[in-house]
Amino acid sequence: MTVTLTRTTAPPAAEAVARKRRARRRGRTVALLFVLPALLLLGALVVYPVLFSVGRSFFDASGTRFVGGDNYTEMFRDPATLKAVRNTAVWVVVAPTLLTGLGLILAVLVEKVRWATAFKLLLFMPMAVSFLAAGIIFRLAYDEDPDKGVLNAAAVGVHDAFRDTAGYPTARARDGAGLTRGADGSYRTGTTVSPGDTVTLGLVGVAPKDLPAGAEPASAAAARPAGPDELRGVVYLDFTPGGGGKQGAVDRQESGLPKVRVEAVRDGKTVASTTTAADGSFRFPGLETGSYSVALPGSNFSQPYDGISWLGPALVTPAIIGAYLWIWTGFAMVLIGAGLSTLPRDSLEAARMDGANEWQVFRRITVPLLAPVLTVVFVTLVINVMKVFDLVYIIAPGPVQEDATVLATQMWLVSFGGGNDQGLGSALGVLLLLLVIPAMVFNVRRFRGSQR
Amino acid sequence: MNLSALRRGLGNSLVQAVLVVVGLLWLTPLAGLLVSSLRSAQDTAKGGWWTALTSPRQLSFDNYTSLLGNAGMTRAFWNTVLISVPTTILVVAIAALAGYAFAWLEFPGRDALFLLVVALLVVPVQIGLLPVAKLFGQLGLFGTIPGVVLFHVSYGLPFAIFLLRNYFAEIPREMLEAARMDGGNEWRIFTRLVLPVGRPALASLAIFQFLWVWNDMLVALLFADSSSQPLTVELQSQIRQFGSNIDVLAPGAFLSLIVPVAVFFAFQRHFVQGVMAGSVK
Repeated sequence: MTVTLTRTTAPPAAEAVARKRRARRRGRTVALLFVLPALLLLGALVVYPVLFSVGRSFFDASGTRFVGGDNYTEMFRDPATLKAVRNTAVWVVVAPTLLTGLGLILAVLVEKVRWATAFKLLLFMPMAVSFLAAGIIFRLAYDEDPDKGVLNAAAVGVHDAFRDTAGYPTARARDGAGLTRGADGSYRTGTTVSPGDTVTLGLVGVAPKDLPAGAEPASAAAARPAGPDELRGVVYLDFTPGGGGKQGAVDRQESGLPKVRVEAVRDGKTVASTTTAADGSFRFPGLETGSYSVALPGSNFSQPYDGISWLGPALVTPAIIGAYLWIWTGFAMVLIGAGLSTLPRDSLEAARMDGANEWQVFRRITVPLLAPVLTVVFVTLVINVMKVFDLVYIIAPGPVQEDATVLATQMWLVSFGGGNDQGLGSALGVLLLLLVIPAMVFNVRRFRGSQR
Repeated sequence: MNLSALRRGLGNSLVQAVLVVVGLLWLTPLAGLLVSSLRSAQDTAKGGWWTALTSPRQLSFDNYTSLLGNAGMTRAFWNTVLISVPTTILVVAIAALAGYAFAWLEFPGRDALFLLVVALLVVPVQIGLLPVAKLFGQLGLFGTIPGVVLFHVSYGLPFAIFLLRNYFAEIPREMLEAARMDGGNEWRIFTRLVLPVGRPALASLAIFQFLWVWNDMLVALLFADSSSQPLTVELQSQIRQFGSNIDVLAPGAFLSLIVPVAVFFAFQRHFVQGVMAGSVK
């Protein structure tokens, strides 16, 4: 304050005005120098391109003929771009909803544990990972081969846990080897057998490498005699590796077929069933005397369950959204968690004192109070989801690309990836811009509000 | 009383269990990538990466050794550095200058121009691709690293200026006026006062911007040619033969994500703030 006073008293008035004007002019020049680099770049590489694209979107593919709004109507007529519009709509509805919900639940739960920070760090970390790397990670996880993709390995594992037979889709019986084939793919002994018998059921058509690990030679079990009230037998691979075996006989090196379902049938009714052991042996104890036949039901020979086609046309978009969740859940959780920490502790505690349980507190107090934060998270995600490109481009395999396409990828394909229609491509870019505007206006308003 | 305490205890262990499962779920894909990157092509063809957990003899650094011996890969890695570091410096520097001018200097049309900058926040990168590609073609910048950098800088600026102007505007007026009275010119005030005060915002912005450009694929896919392409584009070009290329793709992806993840763990707070603020984009 004192400085100001001494200054104003020093020079005569007229000179002061002139100096002030000069200083002001210099100040302006300096200010313009400060903003010039930014304005030059923004003008040349952002403003001009927007105007150019808007103009270009009214011209045809080669850019020579004015076509008015044709590119915009074409967008909703062409099946490929229409698919992109639809998929983007699915993305915009599903991904932000799931993320906000998941983020909310995790934000509330993580407050209750002592290692909250570690958990938040772990879930936030994928935000540092590029969409490309995430794409490779999930391409790997979604691989259709259960021997490569961890998700299908899990799916097959769960499926097979509820099914105790191993599949032998290629196995068959030799003609005239005593087994007749039913219409449903099952096999049945041609002659009848009685308790006390030991039957040998030879199959062929299983490559030695397809034998389950742990399959053992069947000859010992084939020689074991059956008790008076039991039926014994082996299911074996009637093929000696290296040759030399005798057809129809259980040679020493021949392997049993484990986990084959076997049924004892009497008068057309299944009276007992079992599965074979590692050496292919089975036994039906406690049978009444009579004549039976032994059957191998068709389920033994059905194609094995090989998991879910995650990246097939039907599931590719949900699968990619899954990868997107992996990346963004931490973001939603941390942002919602920040909102959660500003909630008035008293009203939560008061509700608990009044006997409300955790669920009621969550439904009636936490969620309504958090509504503004949830909206911000949702809108922010909408903006980002609308522009999703890399993940779709990387995860969807070539042939499925057109089933997974979204606006950003379609814009790329149409303009640069072989479509070569820069008119339609520009129109798609403009559509993307128009779609982002409302969400962006909302977000900027909120951001400025929070700055004040 | 005892019952509710018991119930709370039970509920808490349930919560812990749920969070542990979620945490494992989040870790598994990353573990899958890491383990896959350490296995040979033959092992990958034979079985899933999880088989290596029981037979760790499958693991070796051979993939990484051959990756580092691959000239295309190492060049792509350096290109990534050469693109993301200058972009980050330029965005922060240009936006800091402009942000200060918009916040504290007087010039005609200041508020209208700032509004325009804010409006440019909505412009998606996609809309600039085609026109800028044409422009760069005429200027000889197409397919070069400076071209990629300029594009990134331009599309990073609206947000950066927006963030920094708002941050600088919070500097107390008295502080700036005192500096002016002491005879400091604007440049001095900017470097000696504004930049040090604005450090937290500058750091968050720099980290966000670095991350954004390091991880970009779309821009480089168009603007970089085979000699200037970054790691993301180099890896992307091998995706077509995904199944047979896992021994290259997995270590490559790991190499590309280890830098941002390291930045993440080194600067957690700035990183989270930067990403949070940057999500307006």
